Amino acid sequence: MERRKITIDGNEAAAHVAYRVSEVVAIYPITPSSPMGELSDAWSSQKTKNIWGTVPSVTEMQSEGGAAGAVHGSLQSGALTTTFTASQGLLLMIPNMYKIAGELTPAVFHVTARSLAAQGLSIFGDHSDVMATRQTGFGLLCSNSVQEVMDTAMISHKASLESRIPFVHFFDGFRTSHEVMKIEELTDADVRSMIDEESVKNFRARALTPDRPFIRGTAQNPDVYFQGRETVNKFYDACPDIVQNAMDKFAEVTGRKYNLFDYYGAPDATRVIVLMGSGAEAAEEAVDYLTEKLGEKVAIVKVRLFRPFSTKHLLKALPKSVEKIAVLDRTKEPGSIGEPLYMDVVTSISEAFANGETQFDKMPKIFGGRYGLSSKEFTPSMVKAVFDNLKQDKPKNHFTIGIYDDVTFTSLDFDLDFTTETEDVKRCLFYGLGADGTVGANKNSIKIIGEETENFAQGYFVYDSKKSGSTTVSHLRFGKKPIRSTYLIQKAQFVGCHQFNLLEKFDVLENIINGGTFLLNSPYHQEEVWEKLPKKVQQQIIDKKLEFYAIDGNTVALNTGMGARVNTIMQTCFFAISGVLPKDEAIEQIKKSIKKTYGAKGDEVVRKNFEAVDQTLVNLFKINVPETATSSIEIPPLVSDKAPDYVKDVLAKMMEGKGDFVPVSQMPIDGTFPSGTTKWEKRNIALEIPVWDSEICIQCNKCTMVCPHAAIRVKVYGKSELENAPATFKWMEAKGREFPENSVYTIQVAAEDCTGCELCFEVCPAKNKKEVRLKALNMAPQIPLREQEKANYDFFLNLPEFDRTKANLTTVKGSQLLEPLFEYSGACSGCGETPYVKLVSQLFGDRTIVANATGCSSIYGGNLPTTPWSLNKEGRGPAWSNSLFEDNAEFGMGMRLSIDKQTEFAKELIVTLKNEIGEALVDSLLTADQTTEVGIYEQRVRVADLKKKIGSLKTPDAEKLMELADYLVKKSVWIMGGDGWAYDIGYGGLDHVMASGKNVNILVLDTEVYSNTGGQMSKSTAFGAVAKFAAAGKTTGKKDLGMMAMIYGNVYVAKVAMGANDAHTIKAFLEAEAYDGPSLIIAYSHCIAHGINMAKGLEHQKLAVESGHWPLFRYNPDNLLEGKNPLKLDSKEPKIKLQDYIYSETRYKMLTKSHPEAAKELLKLAQEDVLKRWKMYEQMASFDFSDKKEETTN
Amino acid sequence: MDLTTKYMGLQLKNPIVPSASPLSQSVDSVKAMENAGAAAVVVYSLFEEQITHESGELDHYLSYGSESYAEATSYFPEPEQFHLTPYQYLDHIADLKKAVKIPIIGSINGVSNGGWVKYAKSIEDAGADALELNLYYIATNPNITGSEIENMYVDTLQAVKSNVKIPVSVKLSPFFTSMSNIARRLDNAGADSLVLFNRFYQPDFDLEKLEVVPNLVLSSNWEMRLPLRWISILYSNVKCSLAATSGIHNHEDIIKVMMAGGDIAMVCSELLKNGIPRITEMLKGLEDWMRENEYNSIDLMKGSMSQKSVAEPAAFERANYMKTLQSYKILA
Repeated sequence: MERRKITIDGNEAAAHVAYRVSEVVAIYPITPSSPMGELSDAWSSQKTKNIWGTVPSVTEMQSEGGAAGAVHGSLQSGALTTTFTASQGLLLMIPNMYKIAGELTPAVFHVTARSLAAQGLSIFGDHSDVMATRQTGFGLLCSNSVQEVMDTAMISHKASLESRIPFVHFFDGFRTSHEVMKIEELTDADVRSMIDEESVKNFRARALTPDRPFIRGTAQNPDVYFQGRETVNKFYDACPDIVQNAMDKFAEVTGRKYNLFDYYGAPDATRVIVLMGSGAEAAEEAVDYLTEKLGEKVAIVKVRLFRPFSTKHLLKALPKSVEKIAVLDRTKEPGSIGEPLYMDVVTSISEAFANGETQFDKMPKIFGGRYGLSSKEFTPSMVKAVFDNLKQDKPKNHFTIGIYDDVTFTSLDFDLDFTTETEDVKRCLFYGLGADGTVGANKNSIKIIGEETENFAQGYFVYDSKKSGSTTVSHLRFGKKPIRSTYLIQKAQFVGCHQFNLLEKFDVLENIINGGTFLLNSPYHQEEVWEKLPKKVQQQIIDKKLEFYAIDGNTVALNTGMGARVNTIMQTCFFAISGVLPKDEAIEQIKKSIKKTYGAKGDEVVRKNFEAVDQTLVNLFKINVPETATSSIEIPPLVSDKAPDYVKDVLAKMMEGKGDFVPVSQMPIDGTFPSGTTKWEKRNIALEIPVWDSEICIQCNKCTMVCPHAAIRVKVYGKSELENAPATFKWMEAKGREFPENSVYTIQVAAEDCTGCELCFEVCPAKNKKEVRLKALNMAPQIPLREQEKANYDFFLNLPEFDRTKANLTTVKGSQLLEPLFEYSGACSGCGETPYVKLVSQLFGDRTIVANATGCSSIYGGNLPTTPWSLNKEGRGPAWSNSLFEDNAEFGMGMRLSIDKQTEFAKELIVTLKNEIGEALVDSLLTADQTTEVGIYEQRVRVADLKKKIGSLKTPDAEKLMELADYLVKKSVWIMGGDGWAYDIGYGGLDHVMASGKNVNILVLDTEVYSNTGGQMSKSTAFGAVAKFAAAGKTTGKKDLGMMAMIYGNVYVAKVAMGANDAHTIKAFLEAEAYDGPSLIIAYSHCIAHGINMAKGLEHQKLAVESGHWPLFRYNPDNLLEGKNPLKLDSKEPKIKLQDYIYSETRYKMLTKSHPEAAKELLKLAQEDVLKRWKMYEQMASFDFSDKKEETTN
Repeated sequence: MDLTTKYMGLQLKNPIVPSASPLSQSVDSVKAMENAGAAAVVVYSLFEEQITHESGELDHYLSYGSESYAEATSYFPEPEQFHLTPYQYLDHIADLKKAVKIPIIGSINGVSNGGWVKYAKSIEDAGADALELNLYYIATNPNITGSEIENMYVDTLQAVKSNVKIPVSVKLSPFFTSMSNIARRLDNAGADSLVLFNRFYQPDFDLEKLEVVPNLVLSSNWEMRLPLRWISILYSNVKCSLAATSGIHNHEDIIKVMMAGGDIAMVCSELLKNGIPRITEMLKGLEDWMRENEYNSIDLMKGSMSQKSVAEPAAFERANYMKTLQSYKILA
């Protein structure tokens, strides 16, 4: 049977095999491995069978630790079981890996190798995670390309069953897991022929069953544990040959031959690089060039089986001629003699050489180096540099390649211009926005090229670090020969720029070859395009003699009903210009692909896309290129001159996409970065911004409260401050008796930071009586207002802040006069989480320390280049950190313990130094009431006084007190994260922290789904909602975290929804912070993963509350002291049907289209559940606690 | 007693036909209508907007935010297939055909001669006995003339007729300058029936929120006067069947429709307000009245008070208006 040629990514390639040879799949989502689990779940819900004819059961667990436990249990009970993970997830599996291996249990974990969080988190690829498992007893098999992923997945399952050694099959995160490549698909028959049924039978025979009982997992004592540990040796000894046999069998079936160590290059090479992973592909390309073009005697050894490490096979792979070896590790082990692969190669060869068991006359010299951490580019030029290093008399050992280390000088130099790319490979670069569908279109294009032509094809996609207005760069290669270029395109023949304004942000033509083709989506008529280009771009087009094409894709999109998505249009242009396929055939294939992609969603979408294709061809123009550049448009500087040097010198490079050129010396040594840097990254992503109409405004400040990006602000200040106001600066008399005479009021938008989400416009309650569609805020195009509002905003920022001690924090109006210390984050436009985060920063920011669970909030809160947690003019602001996903509650509790201890110590010291400080001040410091802003202010004054008094004392106690004095001012600990953390992976810790009674404030930004990793079900997901791993709708109800916390009795609990009741939200935040014990706030956060119009997010919050799905309440244990019921229900009984809320959201509504019957049933259950829960709350809130008080006092 | 009536070539056991409404959304309530005596049922409408927008909406929200960020290249699982509204509608028609014996009349609500017209054929294939085309257009664009709108109606009808073999009725609004002319044009274009008239739900204002809000008000009895008048006038002017809808609440209303020249009387608000069993009561009332007044068949009364059959044809014209005003004065 002929095998299909398919164009897929590495994750799909691994899952394709793993699913077919498994009965149980237990997973937990983690980037970049999540798609493997998601695909398995999708296949399972489509009833796709494995090779034995049964549909594998796929289960999402609460953590990777949980997944590993489930895998272990399933294996012990006799089901063939697999899992998929990466990075921190793999670390959480380690305890079970020891068990699984110790019990000689065949299993394969497919791992997208990824960096580990150290000085910073990184989602990108290297081998740090798999190297942390090399001691567990698992075998480690590595794949270097998408085809190899499918092949090695197969080999690893076979080898594991036959050797009884469990395996980690790993491949590079993103570079391989997300690279789209044309490969040959293994058929079910191939998979069947690879699996030895006898080994499956034996596996099952070893299973735990009450029908043949035994016990496994005993506790062993000093007398026998050691011997028991040594029993497995013969299995490890036999394993390499079993793997090689599996590889040989695989070659018989498919013709693709692998070895444990594959040698590639000159047969008589003197210099050899040993490495594993995707880098080996780039290295192979470099070796071809160096041997063929330069006649160098170089080669590489690709390590496929890293554990058990086979010296015999390694030596067999190396020719006698080898003199020098460089071993490249894609990981770092600080403090070690060398990284793991290097250590193994050194040990194995030197041991063998010492024993006279090698072919070498002289012991080869072996050097170690690090490369490619966190998907750092690894190019043929770098490979050449490593070979060149080996040429030296004294090659650098323990070197790095790919960075510039100007601190410990480990790095090798490499030539940026050296390339091995040849003309027979077409290389195309596309710059676009996430929102315009560029990546999706390119994925389609690469599939068309891969599957409908003879070409080999490769696609790789780079996304930026923001969730709103994010840019994407697609790298597409195709040609007649297999493509091994596992690095970004260095020289492209074709560049497509799908958004005109990206010309100002990136040097899009930097990497185009002379005579290349440039396609631009331009909002201008073909006659105007040229003159609208920045001068630099014009010059590049002229100098490089580019063929220049343009289309007004946005107008075509608008006219054909495609909205903002220019994907199909630009894809059509690409095919029309590039000549990959004859034009008619290309159009036919695009249309075929459109039908395949959109067909399930209805004819209308298909029709619109078809029309877009047809309209494209008549609107695409070749632009005549004049001989000289005439434009006066200069590309503006990326950051303001006023920015601090660190921002200009370092962060700006990252913003520009030149972070690779930041040297080691410019990076902080311990991951510490300055606060408040988003203000320097002006992204200008809003098409429209709000414009204030002071005639209509009622000064309610709701707009500022809901703004996710702190891009609309209010100030009340003295009229005299207006003296130098720009001409267009707006103000009005401040309304309210709380303000001093002559106070004026301004709402000001940060035009360059606004994302145009419209939440402020939607929430504005003030309507223009003459024309009710107009409000006090109305959306208007940003570009014409940009410069004017920029000046206004600068002026606004320099106006004095409102005095915190005079603001009425209990109201929306008063609280919003406080300066936000969380601003301009990269969160999604219209994000439902960030308004709560910003509120914390306003109410308590100058004394807050934040523990942030990994997830959306840690990404928009802490992803480089710039970060949003900022500071006020006094230099105070939230101190923020992210530890892990699973430990955030504990991390925050640790902060509390630390602060409390330091405060206690400071108090002890002031008592000790009573005589020097003075009794009155000591007493007032110790007894200060810090429950109000005034109280906190006064304590700060006292602390300043204290410092003055002891500053000159040189006693150890005084010096110690100087270090600690600031802890005498109340500190607020906030533990933040999403529902994935609070309900699932972090729940154990959360529970412990709540039970501890410690004064921490826990804010759960509840989107009812794993948002950051792309919409997987959490235990917060409600009945009937569709999510990944709940494709047929979630069949169980939402975990009632609030109720569970209330049961403790000593936890302040509130459930809030800003869109339903903003005043209630503020009240809850203030009470939670004031409560001297653990507080839990569960905040409804509308989310892009709900499938809603984000501008209407607040409306959805309201519906959630009105339907009873999200009852608002506050449970304050302090009420008990007054004999009151601690629970107060703050929303009314359900007044709309649940369906009126849930069917306004795609996450629920799509079930009525995908599983109509299940939707009906789940709606019924969900409605019953809502009413049942409401009754329970109502009853609890009605209990009379007045007698209880009497009883206890009696 | 012979209550049968012929409507668009369909032989119906009586003239009571529930019009398109939420009542036909469940098979059980259609069965209940059949049991109560309904002669046929017009199924709720498949809206053009549903067909065109649902597909776009689904695509938009399922792909919104995708391929923008490395950790979340999508946010939803991709089901292999969706049971989109048009297909759910077709399944429903097929289910109804299996569940009841009375004719099932499908209904499409739209106005443009767009891709949705093809669903007429699908409805026929699903087993519908006839199709009601609800042409609902609010002429807000001042650049579009009355003739253009009328041409649009005729074109759409012709497009549908050329696609299907089952009878097609056209449900019209009363807002035409020359109702007789458009009725004749549609009749000539092949309409098998005219259904008079569509009630436009008029939006209301919420004075607190200063918002326009939808407001569904069920019909009142007086509203049947308009269809009554026009059925009377059109009875002799068109070849096709005529159906009255709006304001029919009791057996007397049905009798009036028949006498005006209608072939069936459609009921909706009455059933929504007072329940499906009202059909049985109306039928009984109809029979009792016919017995008392010695009408042995519906045919006998059909058109007996149409414009051409009454003593005073002018009563249906402007003279009738004058008369009403005068009577008002007297009463005042």
